[in-house]
Amino acid sequence: MSFFDELGQYLSSANNREQIVDTLAEHCYLALLPLVLGIVLAILVGWLGNTWPRARGVILVVSNLVYTVPSLALFVVIPSLIGTKMLDSINVVVALTLYTAALLVRPVLDALDAVPPAVIASATAMGYRPARRFLTVELPLAVPVLAAGVRVASVSNISLVSVGALIGVGGLGVLFTDGFQREYFSPIVVGIALTLVLALVVDLLLVLLRRVLTPWDRAAAPVKEEVPA
Amino acid sequence: MGIEFRGITKKYPDGTVAVDDLNLTIEDGTITVLVGPSGCGKTTSLRMINRMVEPTSGSILLEGEDIRDSDAALLRRGIGYVIQHAGLFPHRTVLSNIATVPLLSGWDKNKAKKRAAELLEVVGLPAEVGKRYPAQLSGGQQQRVGVARALAADSPVLLMDEPFSAVDPVVREGLQDELLRLQSQLGKTIVFVTHDIDEAVRLGDRVAVLRVGGKLAQYGTPAEVLRQPVDDFVAGFVGKDRGYRGLSFLAADDVLVEDVPTVRVGSKPEGSDGWRLAVNDAGEPRGWLAPGSVVDGELVEGELLAGGSLYQQGTPIRGALDAALSSPASLGVVVDADGKAIGVVTARQVLDVIENHPEGVAR
Repeated sequence: MSFFDELGQYLSSANNREQIVDTLAEHCYLALLPLVLGIVLAILVGWLGNTWPRARGVILVVSNLVYTVPSLALFVVIPSLIGTKMLDSINVVVALTLYTAALLVRPVLDALDAVPPAVIASATAMGYRPARRFLTVELPLAVPVLAAGVRVASVSNISLVSVGALIGVGGLGVLFTDGFQREYFSPIVVGIALTLVLALVVDLLLVLLRRVLTPWDRAAAPVKEEVPA
Repeated sequence: MGIEFRGITKKYPDGTVAVDDLNLTIEDGTITVLVGPSGCGKTTSLRMINRMVEPTSGSILLEGEDIRDSDAALLRRGIGYVIQHAGLFPHRTVLSNIATVPLLSGWDKNKAKKRAAELLEVVGLPAEVGKRYPAQLSGGQQQRVGVARALAADSPVLLMDEPFSAVDPVVREGLQDELLRLQSQLGKTIVFVTHDIDEAVRLGDRVAVLRVGGKLAQYGTPAEVLRQPVDDFVAGFVGKDRGYRGLSFLAADDVLVEDVPTVRVGSKPEGSDGWRLAVNDAGEPRGWLAPGSVVDGELVEGELLAGGSLYQQGTPIRGALDAALSSPASLGVVVDADGKAIGVVTARQVLDVIENHPEGVAR
Protein backbone atom coordinates (compact mmCIF):
# COMPACT_ATOMS: atom_id res chain seq x y z
CA MET A 1 0.00 0.00 0.00
CA SER A 2 1.47 3.33 -1.01
CA PHE A 3 1.79 6.17 1.47
CA PHE A 4 -0.96 8.15 -0.23
CA ASP A 5 -3.40 5.27 -0.10
CA GLU A 6 -2.64 4.96 3.58
CA LEU A 7 -3.13 8.67 4.07
CA GLY A 8 -6.40 8.56 2.16
CA GLN A 9 -7.59 5.69 4.30
CA TYR A 10 -6.62 7.53 7.46
CA LEU A 11 -8.43 10.68 6.41
CA SER A 12 -11.52 8.83 5.26
CA SER A 13 -12.29 7.77 8.80
CA ALA A 14 -14.75 10.17 10.40
CA ASN A 15 -13.23 9.36 13.78
CA ASN A 16 -9.78 10.35 12.63
CA ARG A 17 -11.06 13.54 11.04
CA GLU A 18 -12.83 14.44 14.23
CA GLN A 19 -9.62 13.84 16.18
CA ILE A 20 -7.67 16.04 13.75
CA VAL A 21 -10.13 18.92 14.08
CA ASP A 22 -10.23 18.56 17.87
CA THR A 23 -6.45 18.50 18.25
CA LEU A 24 -6.10 21.45 15.85
CA ALA A 25 -8.60 23.50 17.87
CA GLU A 26 -6.81 22.55 21.07
CA HIS A 27 -3.49 23.43 19.52
CA CYS A 28 -4.76 26.90 18.57
CA TYR A 29 -6.09 27.46 22.05
CA LEU A 30 -2.92 26.22 23.76
CA ALA A 31 -0.62 28.29 21.54
CA LEU A 32 -2.59 31.50 21.08
CA LEU A 33 -4.07 32.10 24.53
CA PRO A 34 -0.53 32.15 26.05
CA LEU A 35 0.55 34.42 23.19
CA VAL A 36 -2.08 37.00 24.15
CA LEU A 37 -1.45 36.61 27.89
CA GLY A 38 2.31 36.72 27.33
CA ILE A 39 2.07 39.97 25.34
CA VAL A 40 0.02 41.56 28.12
CA LEU A 41 2.48 40.32 30.76
CA ALA A 42 5.49 41.53 28.75
CA ILE A 43 3.93 44.97 28.35
CA LEU A 44 3.27 45.18 32.10
CA VAL A 45 6.82 44.12 32.92
CA GLY A 46 8.16 46.43 30.20
CA TRP A 47 6.22 49.31 31.70
CA LEU A 48 7.79 48.53 35.09
CA GLY A 49 11.28 48.46 33.57
CA ASN A 50 10.60 51.66 31.70
CA THR A 51 9.25 53.47 34.75
CA TRP A 52 11.91 52.21 37.19
CA PRO A 53 15.16 51.95 35.25
CA ARG A 54 16.77 50.29 38.27
CA ALA A 55 14.47 47.28 37.86
CA ARG A 56 15.63 46.78 34.27
CA GLY A 57 18.69 44.64 34.98
CA VAL A 58 16.75 42.25 37.18
CA ILE A 59 13.91 42.04 34.66
CA LEU A 60 16.24 41.17 31.79
CA VAL A 61 18.17 38.54 33.77
CA VAL A 62 14.99 36.87 35.01
CA SER A 63 13.42 36.83 31.56
CA ASN A 64 16.56 35.28 30.06
CA LEU A 65 16.61 32.64 32.79
CA VAL A 66 12.95 31.76 32.26
CA TYR A 67 13.55 31.33 28.56
CA THR A 68 16.47 29.00 29.26
CA VAL A 69 14.42 26.47 31.26
CA PRO A 70 13.58 23.53 28.95
CA SER A 71 9.92 23.41 28.08
CA LEU A 72 9.37 19.82 29.13
CA ALA A 73 10.90 20.55 32.54
CA LEU A 74 8.68 23.60 32.93
CA PHE A 75 5.54 21.62 32.01
CA VAL A 76 6.45 19.12 34.73
CA VAL A 77 7.47 21.64 37.42
CA ILE A 78 4.53 24.02 37.08
CA PRO A 79 1.89 21.72 38.65
CA SER A 80 3.90 21.53 41.87
CA LEU A 81 4.36 25.32 41.85
CA ILE A 82 0.76 26.36 41.28
CA GLY A 83 -0.99 23.23 42.55
CA THR A 84 -2.63 22.09 39.34
CA LYS A 85 -3.01 18.46 38.20
CA MET A 86 -0.21 17.01 36.10
CA LEU A 87 -2.38 16.65 32.98
CA ASP A 88 -4.13 19.99 33.29
CA SER A 89 -3.77 22.07 30.12
CA ILE A 90 -3.40 25.14 32.36
CA ASN A 91 0.20 24.02 32.87
CA VAL A 92 0.98 24.47 29.20
CA VAL A 93 -0.83 27.79 29.12
CA VAL A 94 1.16 29.07 32.10
CA ALA A 95 4.47 27.79 30.76
CA LEU A 96 4.00 29.25 27.30
CA THR A 97 2.76 32.53 28.75
CA LEU A 98 6.04 32.74 30.65
CA TYR A 99 8.05 31.92 27.53
CA THR A 100 6.19 34.47 25.45
CA ALA A 101 6.62 37.14 28.08
CA ALA A 102 10.31 36.29 28.54
CA LEU A 103 10.87 36.52 24.81
CA LEU A 104 9.00 39.82 24.46
CA VAL A 105 10.28 41.75 27.46
CA ARG A 106 13.44 42.89 25.71
CA PRO A 107 11.70 44.04 22.49
CA VAL A 108 9.13 45.90 24.60
CA LEU A 109 11.88 47.68 26.54
CA ASP A 110 13.82 48.46 23.36
CA ALA A 111 10.71 49.74 21.62
CA LEU A 112 9.79 51.98 24.55
CA ASP A 113 13.35 53.32 24.63
CA ALA A 114 13.07 54.19 20.95
CA VAL A 115 10.12 56.55 21.46
CA PRO A 116 11.60 60.04 20.83
CA PRO A 117 12.01 62.04 24.06
CA ALA A 118 10.43 65.08 22.37
CA VAL A 119 7.26 63.04 21.77
CA ILE A 120 7.07 61.96 25.40
CA ALA A 121 7.85 65.47 26.64
CA SER A 122 5.20 67.01 24.41
CA ALA A 123 2.63 64.40 25.52
CA THR A 124 3.37 65.31 29.13
CA ALA A 125 3.19 69.01 28.30
CA MET A 126 -0.20 68.52 26.60
CA GLY A 127 -1.52 67.23 29.91
CA TYR A 128 -1.43 63.44 29.56
CA ARG A 129 -1.28 61.54 32.83
CA PRO A 130 1.36 58.78 32.85
CA ALA A 131 -0.96 55.75 32.41
CA ARG A 132 -2.87 57.26 29.50
CA ARG A 133 0.33 58.49 27.91
CA PHE A 134 1.76 54.97 28.12
CA LEU A 135 -1.31 53.32 26.59
CA THR A 136 -2.10 55.84 23.86
CA VAL A 137 1.29 57.29 22.92
CA GLU A 138 4.23 55.12 23.96
CA LEU A 139 2.66 51.70 23.42
CA PRO A 140 1.28 52.35 19.92
CA LEU A 141 4.70 53.64 18.91
CA ALA A 142 6.27 50.44 20.24
CA VAL A 143 4.09 48.24 18.00
CA PRO A 144 6.48 47.91 15.03
CA VAL A 145 9.34 46.61 17.17
CA LEU A 146 7.00 44.57 19.33
CA ALA A 147 5.31 42.99 16.30
CA ALA A 148 8.58 41.41 15.15
CA GLY A 149 8.97 39.77 18.57
CA VAL A 150 5.35 38.60 18.60
CA ARG A 151 5.83 36.80 15.27
CA VAL A 152 8.79 34.87 16.67
CA ALA A 153 6.86 34.07 19.85
CA SER A 154 3.83 32.81 17.92
CA VAL A 155 5.88 30.35 15.88
CA SER A 156 7.78 29.28 18.98
CA ASN A 157 4.52 28.69 20.87
CA ILE A 158 2.93 26.70 18.07
CA SER A 159 5.90 24.38 17.94
CA LEU A 160 6.24 24.10 21.73
CA VAL A 161 2.61 23.05 22.21
CA SER A 162 3.47 19.80 20.40
CA VAL A 163 5.82 18.96 23.26
CA GLY A 164 2.83 19.09 25.57
CA ALA A 165 1.59 15.85 24.05
CA LEU A 166 4.47 14.06 25.82
CA ILE A 167 2.88 14.85 29.18
CA GLY A 168 -0.55 14.00 27.84
CA VAL A 169 -1.91 17.48 27.11
CA GLY A 170 -3.81 17.81 23.82
CA GLY A 171 -2.85 19.56 20.61
CA LEU A 172 -1.50 18.33 17.30
CA GLY A 173 1.39 16.67 19.18
CA VAL A 174 -1.11 13.93 20.11
CA LEU A 175 -1.05 12.87 16.46
CA PHE A 176 2.75 12.41 16.69
CA THR A 177 2.69 10.39 19.91
CA ASP A 178 -0.18 8.24 18.57
CA GLY A 179 1.54 7.69 15.27
CA PHE A 180 4.85 6.75 16.83
CA GLN A 181 3.25 4.31 19.21
CA ARG A 182 1.34 2.61 16.42
CA GLU A 183 4.10 3.02 13.81
CA TYR A 184 1.46 4.69 11.74
CA PHE A 185 2.86 7.51 9.64
CA SER A 186 -0.26 9.22 8.35
CA PRO A 187 -1.21 11.00 11.60
CA ILE A 188 2.43 12.09 12.00
CA VAL A 189 2.49 13.62 8.53
CA VAL A 190 -0.90 15.25 9.04
CA GLY A 191 0.29 16.59 12.40
CA ILE A 192 3.46 18.07 10.93
CA ALA A 193 1.63 19.58 7.96
CA LEU A 194 -1.06 21.16 10.12
CA THR A 195 1.51 22.56 12.56
CA LEU A 196 3.31 24.23 9.66
CA VAL A 197 0.12 25.54 8.10
CA LEU A 198 -1.07 26.85 11.46
CA ALA A 199 2.24 28.64 12.03
CA LEU A 200 2.09 30.20 8.56
CA VAL A 201 -1.53 31.30 8.87
CA VAL A 202 -0.99 32.83 12.31
CA ASP A 203 2.15 34.60 11.05
CA LEU A 204 0.21 36.02 8.10
CA LEU A 205 -2.56 37.22 10.39
CA LEU A 206 0.01 38.91 12.62
CA VAL A 207 1.55 40.68 9.63
CA LEU A 208 -1.90 41.90 8.64
CA LEU A 209 -2.70 42.97 12.19
CA ARG A 210 0.52 44.97 12.37
CA ARG A 211 -0.37 46.73 9.12
CA VAL A 212 -3.80 47.62 10.44
CA LEU A 213 -2.34 48.88 13.73
CA THR A 214 0.42 51.00 12.19
CA PRO A 215 -0.86 52.85 9.13
CA TRP A 216 1.49 55.70 10.10
CA ASP A 217 4.55 53.48 9.80
CA ARG A 218 4.04 53.15 6.04
CA ALA A 219 3.72 56.91 5.63
CA ALA A 220 5.97 57.94 2.78
CA ALA A 221 9.16 59.91 3.13
CA PRO A 222 8.72 63.68 3.53
CA VAL A 223 7.11 65.25 0.51
CA LYS A 224 8.73 68.24 -1.15
CA GLU A 225 7.46 71.66 -0.28
CA GLU A 226 4.44 71.94 -2.51
CA VAL A 227 2.60 73.85 0.20
CA PRO A 228 4.01 76.63 2.37
CA ALA A 229 6.75 75.46 4.68
CA MET B 1 -1.03 89.60 36.28
CA GLY B 2 0.83 87.49 33.74
CA ILE B 3 3.40 85.04 34.97
CA GLU B 4 5.53 85.82 37.98
CA PHE B 5 8.73 84.04 38.99
CA ARG B 6 9.39 84.68 42.67
CA GLY B 7 12.82 83.70 43.94
CA ILE B 8 12.90 80.57 41.78
CA THR B 9 15.90 78.30 42.30
CA LYS B 10 16.44 74.88 40.79
CA LYS B 11 19.24 72.80 42.23
CA TYR B 12 19.85 69.23 41.13
CA PRO B 13 20.92 66.48 43.56
CA ASP B 14 24.46 66.52 42.11
CA GLY B 15 24.80 70.16 43.16
CA THR B 16 24.40 71.85 39.75
CA VAL B 17 22.35 74.98 39.91
CA ALA B 18 20.18 75.31 36.81
CA VAL B 19 18.30 78.42 37.89
CA ASP B 20 19.48 80.77 40.62
CA ASP B 21 17.03 83.02 42.44
CA LEU B 22 15.10 84.10 39.37
CA ASN B 23 12.69 86.98 39.79
CA LEU B 24 10.80 87.89 36.65
CA THR B 25 7.40 89.24 35.76
CA ILE B 26 6.05 88.33 32.36
CA GLU B 27 3.30 90.64 31.25
CA ASP B 28 0.01 89.52 29.74
CA GLY B 29 -0.29 89.67 25.97
CA THR B 30 3.42 90.03 25.29
CA ILE B 31 6.14 87.87 23.81
CA THR B 32 8.86 87.46 26.41
CA VAL B 33 12.01 85.78 25.18
CA LEU B 34 14.35 83.91 27.50
CA VAL B 35 17.70 83.94 25.78
CA GLY B 36 21.16 82.80 26.77
CA PRO B 37 23.92 80.31 26.05
CA SER B 38 23.37 76.61 26.74
CA GLY B 39 23.41 75.86 30.44
CA CYS B 40 21.77 79.13 31.40
CA GLY B 41 18.60 77.42 32.60
CA LYS B 42 16.27 78.96 30.05
CA THR B 43 14.48 75.71 29.14
CA THR B 44 14.39 74.67 32.79
CA SER B 45 12.75 78.00 33.67
CA LEU B 46 10.21 77.54 30.87
CA ARG B 47 9.36 74.01 31.97
CA MET B 48 8.75 75.18 35.51
CA ILE B 49 5.80 77.23 34.27
CA ASN B 50 3.83 74.09 33.37
CA ARG B 51 5.37 72.05 36.18
CA MET B 52 7.36 69.69 33.98
CA VAL B 53 10.19 70.73 36.29
CA GLU B 54 9.51 71.56 39.93
CA PRO B 55 11.61 74.33 41.49
CA THR B 56 13.73 73.62 44.55
CA SER B 57 12.54 76.84 46.14
CA GLY B 58 10.48 79.86 45.25
CA SER B 59 7.08 80.04 43.63
CA ILE B 60 5.53 80.79 40.26
CA LEU B 61 2.28 82.67 40.00
CA LEU B 62 0.08 82.32 36.95
CA GLU B 63 -2.66 84.94 36.82
CA GLY B 64 -1.95 85.57 40.50
CA GLU B 65 -2.33 81.95 41.57
CA ASP B 66 0.45 79.65 42.71
CA ILE B 67 0.74 76.95 40.05
CA ARG B 68 1.34 74.33 42.73
CA ASP B 69 -2.28 74.75 43.78
CA SER B 70 -3.54 73.19 40.57
CA ASP B 71 -3.30 69.60 39.37
CA ALA B 72 -0.26 69.32 37.08
CA ALA B 73 -2.04 67.57 34.18
CA LEU B 74 -4.98 69.99 34.24
CA LEU B 75 -2.61 72.98 34.50
CA ARG B 76 -0.75 71.73 31.39
CA ARG B 77 -3.95 71.33 29.37
CA GLY B 78 -4.50 75.03 29.95
CA ILE B 79 -1.04 76.05 28.71
CA GLY B 80 0.00 75.71 25.08
CA TYR B 81 3.41 74.15 24.53
CA VAL B 82 5.58 74.01 21.42
CA ILE B 83 8.74 71.96 21.60
CA GLN B 84 11.89 71.82 19.47
CA HIS B 85 11.46 69.31 16.59
CA ALA B 86 7.70 69.82 17.07
CA GLY B 87 7.36 66.56 19.07
CA LEU B 88 4.30 65.57 17.05
CA PHE B 89 2.80 62.14 17.66
CA PRO B 90 4.06 60.09 14.68
CA HIS B 91 1.15 57.63 14.90
CA ARG B 92 -1.58 60.22 14.61
CA THR B 93 -2.67 62.27 11.65
CA VAL B 94 -2.04 66.00 11.62
CA LEU B 95 -5.67 66.71 12.55
CA SER B 96 -5.60 64.28 15.48
CA ASN B 97 -2.34 65.81 16.63
CA ILE B 98 -3.86 69.26 16.66
CA ALA B 99 -6.97 67.97 18.44
CA THR B 100 -4.92 66.40 21.24
CA VAL B 101 -5.71 68.79 24.07
CA PRO B 102 -9.39 69.31 23.21
CA LEU B 103 -9.82 65.52 23.16
CA LEU B 104 -7.96 65.17 26.46
CA SER B 105 -10.22 67.80 27.95
CA GLY B 106 -13.22 65.73 26.92
CA TRP B 107 -14.47 67.68 23.93
CA ASP B 108 -16.85 65.97 21.55
CA LYS B 109 -14.85 64.30 18.75
CA ASN B 110 -16.46 66.20 15.88
CA LYS B 111 -16.10 69.52 17.62
CA ALA B 112 -12.41 68.80 18.28
CA LYS B 113 -11.79 67.83 14.64
CA LYS B 114 -13.57 70.94 13.44
CA ARG B 115 -11.46 73.11 15.70
CA ALA B 116 -8.33 71.34 14.44
CA ALA B 117 -9.28 72.03 10.83
CA GLU B 118 -9.76 75.73 11.64
CA LEU B 119 -6.35 75.89 13.26
CA LEU B 120 -4.71 74.26 10.27
CA GLU B 121 -5.90 77.26 8.31
CA VAL B 122 -4.81 79.70 11.02
CA VAL B 123 -1.21 78.48 10.78
CA GLY B 124 -1.31 78.64 6.99
CA LEU B 125 -1.50 74.99 5.99
CA PRO B 126 -3.89 73.65 3.34
CA ALA B 127 -6.72 71.37 4.47
CA GLU B 128 -5.38 68.26 2.71
CA VAL B 129 -2.37 68.22 5.06
CA GLY B 130 -4.78 67.29 7.86
CA LYS B 131 -5.05 63.68 6.79
CA ARG B 132 -1.30 63.14 6.54
CA TYR B 133 1.03 61.74 9.15
CA PRO B 134 3.81 63.94 10.56
CA ALA B 135 6.51 61.94 8.73
CA GLN B 136 4.97 63.10 5.44
CA LEU B 137 5.54 66.77 6.30
CA SER B 138 8.62 68.96 5.96
CA GLY B 139 10.30 70.28 9.10
CA GLY B 140 8.72 73.70 8.69
CA GLN B 141 5.26 72.24 8.19
CA GLN B 142 5.69 70.09 11.29
CA GLN B 143 6.55 73.19 13.31
CA ARG B 144 3.39 74.88 12.05
CA VAL B 145 1.37 71.86 13.14
CA GLY B 146 3.15 72.07 16.51
CA VAL B 147 2.00 75.67 16.86
CA ALA B 148 -1.55 74.76 15.82
CA ARG B 149 -1.59 71.99 18.41
CA ALA B 150 -0.48 74.44 21.11
CA LEU B 151 -3.22 76.88 20.09
CA ALA B 152 -5.95 74.25 20.15
CA ALA B 153 -6.73 74.59 23.83
CA ASP B 154 -7.26 78.31 23.31
CA SER B 155 -5.22 78.98 26.41
CA PRO B 156 -3.99 82.52 27.06
CA VAL B 157 -0.44 81.28 27.72
CA LEU B 158 1.88 79.71 25.15
CA LEU B 159 5.28 78.25 25.99
CA MET B 160 7.70 77.82 23.09
CA ASP B 161 10.95 75.95 23.60
CA GLU B 162 13.35 76.70 20.72
CA PRO B 163 10.50 75.93 18.33
CA PHE B 164 12.25 77.10 15.18
CA SER B 165 15.83 76.07 15.80
CA ALA B 166 15.66 72.82 13.84
CA VAL B 167 14.57 74.35 10.53
CA ASP B 168 16.72 76.12 7.97
CA PRO B 169 17.18 79.91 8.18
CA VAL B 170 14.83 80.81 5.33
CA VAL B 171 11.99 78.69 6.68
CA ARG B 172 12.75 79.96 10.19
CA GLU B 173 12.29 83.54 9.12
CA GLY B 174 8.94 82.67 7.54
CA LEU B 175 7.83 80.96 10.75
CA GLN B 176 8.91 83.95 12.84
CA ASP B 177 6.91 86.32 10.64
CA GLU B 178 3.96 83.99 10.93
CA LEU B 179 4.25 83.95 14.71
CA LEU B 180 4.30 87.76 14.84
CA ARG B 181 1.27 87.87 12.54
CA LEU B 182 -0.60 85.35 14.72
CA GLN B 183 0.37 87.20 17.88
CA SER B 184 -0.95 90.49 16.49
CA GLN B 185 -4.33 88.76 16.09
CA LEU B 186 -4.36 86.58 19.20
CA GLY B 187 -2.51 88.61 21.82
CA LYS B 188 -1.33 85.58 23.80
CA THR B 189 1.13 85.65 26.66
CA ILE B 190 4.05 83.91 24.98
CA VAL B 191 7.21 82.76 26.72
CA PHE B 192 9.76 81.92 24.07
CA VAL B 193 13.11 80.22 24.65
CA THR B 194 15.98 80.57 22.20
CA HIS B 195 19.78 80.71 22.15
CA ASP B 196 19.66 82.99 19.12
CA ILE B 197 19.85 86.68 20.02
CA ASP B 198 18.63 87.67 16.55
CA GLU B 199 15.50 85.65 17.04
CA ALA B 200 15.07 87.10 20.54
CA VAL B 201 15.35 90.66 19.27
CA ARG B 202 13.07 89.98 16.34
CA LEU B 203 10.25 88.38 18.29
CA GLY B 204 10.45 89.71 21.80
CA ASP B 205 8.49 92.55 23.32
CA ARG B 206 10.84 91.97 26.21
CA VAL B 207 14.04 89.98 26.37
CA ALA B 208 15.47 88.26 29.45
CA VAL B 209 19.16 87.48 29.01
CA LEU B 210 20.28 84.63 31.27
CA ARG B 211 23.86 83.70 32.03
CA VAL B 212 25.32 80.26 32.68
CA GLY B 213 24.36 79.13 36.17
CA GLY B 214 20.81 80.37 35.76
CA LYS B 215 21.18 84.01 36.78
CA LEU B 216 19.17 86.77 35.14
CA ALA B 217 21.66 89.17 33.56
CA GLN B 218 19.32 91.72 32.02
CA TYR B 219 15.62 92.10 31.43
CA GLY B 220 14.27 94.78 29.15
CA THR B 221 13.04 95.66 25.70
CA PRO B 222 15.20 94.46 22.79
CA ALA B 223 16.28 98.06 22.16
CA GLU B 224 17.45 98.48 25.76
CA VAL B 225 19.37 95.23 25.70
CA LEU B 226 21.07 96.16 22.43
CA ARG B 227 21.75 99.81 23.28
CA GLN B 228 22.58 99.54 26.95
CA PRO B 229 23.87 96.09 27.81
CA VAL B 230 24.36 96.05 31.60
CA ASP B 231 27.71 94.28 31.53
CA ASP B 232 30.34 92.60 29.39
CA PHE B 233 28.50 89.31 29.37
CA VAL B 234 25.35 90.79 27.85
CA ALA B 235 27.38 92.98 25.48
CA GLY B 236 29.34 89.94 24.34
CA PHE B 237 26.21 87.85 24.01
CA VAL B 238 24.26 90.34 21.93
CA GLY B 239 27.24 90.47 19.62
CA LYS B 240 29.54 92.83 17.74
CA ASP B 241 26.98 94.07 15.24
CA ARG B 242 24.53 95.17 17.91
CA GLY B 243 24.92 98.71 16.56
CA TYR B 244 23.48 97.66 13.24
CA ARG B 245 20.80 95.56 14.95
CA GLY B 246 19.89 98.60 17.05
CA LEU B 247 18.70 100.23 13.84
CA SER B 248 15.74 97.87 14.01
CA PHE B 249 14.27 100.14 16.66
CA LEU B 250 14.85 103.50 15.03
CA ALA B 251 12.04 105.07 13.02
CA ALA B 252 12.94 106.28 9.54
CA ASP B 253 10.41 109.08 9.29
CA ASP B 254 13.05 111.70 8.51
CA VAL B 255 14.56 109.88 5.57
CA LEU B 256 14.02 111.84 2.39
CA VAL B 257 12.42 109.75 -0.33
CA GLU B 258 13.55 110.90 -3.78
CA ASP B 259 11.85 110.39 -7.09
CA VAL B 260 13.39 107.95 -9.51
CA PRO B 261 12.86 107.55 -13.25
CA THR B 262 10.76 104.47 -13.89
CA VAL B 263 10.02 102.33 -16.91
CA ARG B 264 7.12 99.96 -17.24
CA VAL B 265 7.69 96.31 -18.00
CA GLY B 266 6.11 95.67 -21.39
CA SER B 267 6.69 99.21 -22.66
CA LYS B 268 9.31 100.21 -25.25
CA PRO B 269 11.69 102.54 -23.35
CA GLU B 270 14.09 104.95 -25.01
CA GLY B 271 17.78 104.80 -24.16
CA SER B 272 18.99 106.70 -21.09
CA ASP B 273 22.29 107.26 -19.27
CA GLY B 274 20.87 106.96 -15.73
CA TRP B 275 19.53 104.12 -13.57
CA ARG B 276 15.86 103.44 -14.17
CA LEU B 277 13.54 101.40 -11.95
CA ALA B 278 11.35 98.91 -13.80
CA VAL B 279 7.84 98.54 -12.43
CA ASN B 280 4.93 96.37 -13.49
CA ASP B 281 1.41 97.57 -14.27
CA ALA B 282 0.55 97.59 -10.55
CA GLY B 283 3.52 99.86 -9.89
CA GLU B 284 5.48 97.18 -8.02
CA PRO B 285 9.26 97.26 -8.49
CA ARG B 286 10.57 94.40 -10.64
CA GLY B 287 14.24 95.27 -11.09
CA TRP B 288 16.67 97.83 -12.51
CA LEU B 289 17.62 98.93 -15.98
CA ALA B 290 21.32 99.87 -15.98
CA PRO B 291 22.53 103.21 -17.48
CA GLY B 292 23.10 103.05 -21.21
CA SER B 293 21.30 99.74 -21.66
CA VAL B 294 19.40 99.49 -24.91
CA VAL B 295 16.12 97.65 -25.00
CA ASP B 296 15.24 95.96 -28.25
CA GLY B 297 11.47 96.23 -28.53
CA GLU B 298 9.36 95.53 -25.43
CA LEU B 299 11.00 95.43 -22.01
CA VAL B 300 10.76 91.94 -20.48
CA GLU B 301 11.64 91.04 -16.88
CA GLY B 302 14.45 88.73 -17.94
CA GLU B 303 16.50 91.72 -19.13
CA LEU B 304 16.39 93.47 -15.75
CA LEU B 305 19.07 93.52 -13.07
CA ALA B 306 17.65 91.91 -9.92
CA GLY B 307 16.74 94.52 -7.33
CA GLY B 308 17.91 94.60 -3.71
CA SER B 309 15.70 94.32 -0.68
CA LEU B 310 12.69 96.62 -0.53
CA TYR B 311 12.07 99.11 2.21
CA GLN B 312 8.50 99.55 3.28
CA GLN B 313 7.79 103.09 4.37
CA GLY B 314 7.12 103.45 8.08
CA THR B 315 9.17 100.42 9.17
CA PRO B 316 12.46 100.79 11.11
CA ILE B 317 15.44 102.43 9.46
CA ARG B 318 17.47 99.23 9.32
CA GLY B 319 15.40 98.17 6.32
CA ALA B 320 16.09 101.46 4.51
CA LEU B 321 19.85 101.08 4.98
CA ASP B 322 19.71 97.47 3.85
CA ALA B 323 17.67 98.39 0.77
CA ALA B 324 20.21 101.05 -0.24
CA LEU B 325 23.22 98.80 0.37
CA SER B 326 21.76 95.83 -1.48
CA SER B 327 20.57 97.71 -4.55
CA PRO B 328 22.69 97.43 -7.74
CA ALA B 329 21.97 101.11 -8.33
CA SER B 330 22.94 102.04 -4.72
CA LEU B 331 19.39 103.35 -4.54
CA GLY B 332 17.12 101.64 -2.00
CA VAL B 333 13.62 101.22 -3.34
CA VAL B 334 10.90 102.49 -1.02
CA VAL B 335 7.46 100.95 -1.32
CA ASP B 336 4.15 101.73 0.32
CA ALA B 337 2.04 99.28 2.28
CA ASP B 338 0.62 97.85 -0.97
CA GLY B 339 4.08 97.19 -2.40
CA LYS B 340 3.93 100.06 -4.88
CA ALA B 341 7.24 101.81 -5.56
CA ILE B 342 7.14 105.42 -4.34
CA GLY B 343 10.78 106.45 -4.62
CA VAL B 344 14.33 105.70 -3.55
CA VAL B 345 16.74 106.46 -0.71
CA THR B 346 20.55 106.50 -0.68
CA ALA B 347 22.74 105.05 2.03
CA ARG B 348 24.25 108.52 2.59
CA GLN B 349 20.86 110.02 3.43
CA VAL B 350 20.00 107.15 5.74
CA LEU B 351 23.31 107.52 7.60
CA ASP B 352 22.74 111.27 7.98
CA VAL B 353 19.41 110.59 9.60
CA ILE B 354 20.97 108.01 11.92
CA GLU B 355 23.77 110.35 12.96
CA ASN B 356 21.40 113.22 13.68
CA HIS B 357 18.89 111.09 15.49
CA PRO B 358 18.20 112.40 19.01
CA GLU B 359 18.05 108.90 20.54
CA GLY B 360 21.29 107.88 18.91
CA VAL B 361 22.17 104.25 18.48
CA ALA B 362 24.46 101.92 20.35
CA ARG B 363 28.07 102.70 19.53
